[in-house]
Amino acid sequence: MKQILELKNINKIYGTDIKTQVLYDINLSFEEGSFNSIIGQSGSGKSTLLNLIGTLDKPTSGEIRINDVAVSAMNQNQLAVLRNNTLGFVFQFHYLLPEFTALENVLMPYEIKHGKITKEIIKKAEDIMDLVGLKQVKNNLATKMSGGQQQRTAIARALINEPKIILADEPTGNLDSDSTETIYQLLRNINETYKTTFIIITHDRKIAEKADRIVEIKDGKINMDIRK
Amino acid sequence: MKLGYKIAVRFLKSNKGQTFLIILGIAIGVSVQIFIGSLIQGLQKSLIEKTIGNSPQISITADTDDKEITEFDEVYKKIKDNSDVIALAVASDHPAFLNLEDTSKSLLIRGFQLEDADVIYKFSENIVEGRVPENENEIILGIDLLEEYELQVGDVIEIINTNQKVQELKLVGSFDLKVASINQNWGIVPLGTAQTFFEVPDRITSFEIQVDSQRVFEADMISDELETIINRDELEFSNWKKQNEQLLSGLSGQSISSIMIQVFVMISVVLGIASVLAITVLQKSKQIGILKAMGIKNSTAGFVFLFEGTILGIFGAILGIALGLLLSVAFTKFALNPDGTPVIALYISQSFILLSGVIATLASMMAALIPAIRSSKLNPIDIIRNN
Ligand SMILES: Nc1ncnc2c1ncn2[C@@H]1O[C@H](COP(=O)(O)OP(=O)(O)O)[C@@H](O)[C@H]1O
Ligand SMILES: [Mg+2]
Repeated sequence: MKQILELKNINKIYGTDIKTQVLYDINLSFEEGSFNSIIGQSGSGKSTLLNLIGTLDKPTSGEIRINDVAVSAMNQNQLAVLRNNTLGFVFQFHYLLPEFTALENVLMPYEIKHGKITKEIIKKAEDIMDLVGLKQVKNNLATKMSGGQQQRTAIARALINEPKIILADEPTGNLDSDSTETIYQLLRNINETYKTTFIIITHDRKIAEKADRIVEIKDGKINMDIRK
Repeated sequence: MKLGYKIAVRFLKSNKGQTFLIILGIAIGVSVQIFIGSLIQGLQKSLIEKTIGNSPQISITADTDDKEITEFDEVYKKIKDNSDVIALAVASDHPAFLNLEDTSKSLLIRGFQLEDADVIYKFSENIVEGRVPENENEIILGIDLLEEYELQVGDVIEIINTNQKVQELKLVGSFDLKVASINQNWGIVPLGTAQTFFEVPDRITSFEIQVDSQRVFEADMISDELETIINRDELEFSNWKKQNEQLLSGLSGQSISSIMIQVFVMISVVLGIASVLAITVLQKSKQIGILKAMGIKNSTAGFVFLFEGTILGIFGAILGIALGLLLSVAFTKFALNPDGTPVIALYISQSFILLSGVIATLASMMAALIPAIRSSKLNPIDIIRNN
């Protein structure tokens, strides 16, 4: 299978005066369509790694290639387009836009991409929302939903542009175990249906074990890398 | 762009109270500006109107011993041909005495072709009693004079010239030109009566000219133009600007202070909007960060706040114009003189109001510039990391 994502000798050092190195010479690559989990203790550098992959942050040294293109060679606008088309984010704290309804939040990446909303895309957004169980709350403001519903809205939003890669940082971190189970099942279904590559940070071993691959980060280094 | 606008509108709508306060702030600035501007323009207009409205703006006299202008027909034609001249009257002015039973009063007898002079001095509008002279040997005098010497319209009065020649004239009316020195000193007669009595047939002492109301402030230039065309050395040209230098410098000082007030009002509006929008960027930095993580371009993120500034500016300007007009109308309705006329006549100029609105909108856009730049530079990682 094609490697959709490659990290070569990635180092990340925070701070200019007081330097803290968080990642040490990370070499990793991910296959297209795979379902990967990243585990590790709090503070080990998982989020830092995911933010680098998501082009939200830049490595101190090393190269990140997405779809065979080096991210460091892209300018701000190209990065914005890449984030919009190729990447989908689901953060621990869902990060919806509180001024917009659930449906509008889901449509936002499409609107950013195309500049307008069509009937077809609304239909598609509604289908995705049905899929993730948000039929009843489509037109609620983002703030007028439960935590689980907000998280599912964030997932629907990550899916709307059919990105090749979805990055999720503890997407079920603040959910109960039933909701957690549902959401993982959902992500897995999407992975199988759309062949979307998933990279999911989780602290839940049970969940991690259901993934195709488990990467464990410890003190900024890869401690373990198990494929099934 | 369109998305930036949509997000801007949504941000503004989601915080209606704050949005309304900013709009109100801009509106108050604009309304104060419109009110002060209209007030000062009104004051100036009425001051100028009072100064030069009912008097010639250019007069031509002779710099000769007898002050008489001969062969004036040709000059008359040349003045008449100038397109900026809207009223032209010839006058034959002479000192004389009003002969009363036990005293006499010095008078300036002014002989006019009354239809022409009426355009400039508006005698017929300012007649208090009687009418303007229509026939030879008729005279009108100011009301102050009638009152002081207990004269009645219909009386026959006697005037004496400097050669002790006496003439009886019929007092057919009294006028009030609202200037005490005129009301006390002028006696208005038909041109022929003056020329015959003072024995100066075919001569006049001055041309009196009013120019197009749009060009009163160019009276000096028009006067110079006429001087060149007429080209007669003995004639002397004067205009209202030369005679009212102090008034003019007063007016321009007033204009400058009015502009200063308006500039400072605008600066405070701009600072107000800029600081509120800067706070808004902070309030919305989470949303901007999320949007950037989803791939909006930095420019779009900046436009959100430019649009916010523009929308606030437009609504602020509209509300401000409405408030300013309301304030102005209320002022002219409720601040009245005892006789019911407004204390100060405001001058509501459409172009001035439009300009104030446009400036306020542009100022709001400018004020949004720094917040917009901040928003475009905002790094999403700072938001994502500090959950
Ligand atoms: N902006 C930053 N400046 C300095 N240190 C940081 C910054 N962000 C994260 N860190 C540190 O980097 C380490 C890894 O953080 P993070 O990637 O969030 O870990 P994880 O997601 O695995 O819990 C932690 O020790 C954290 O304190
Ligand atoms: Mg983390």
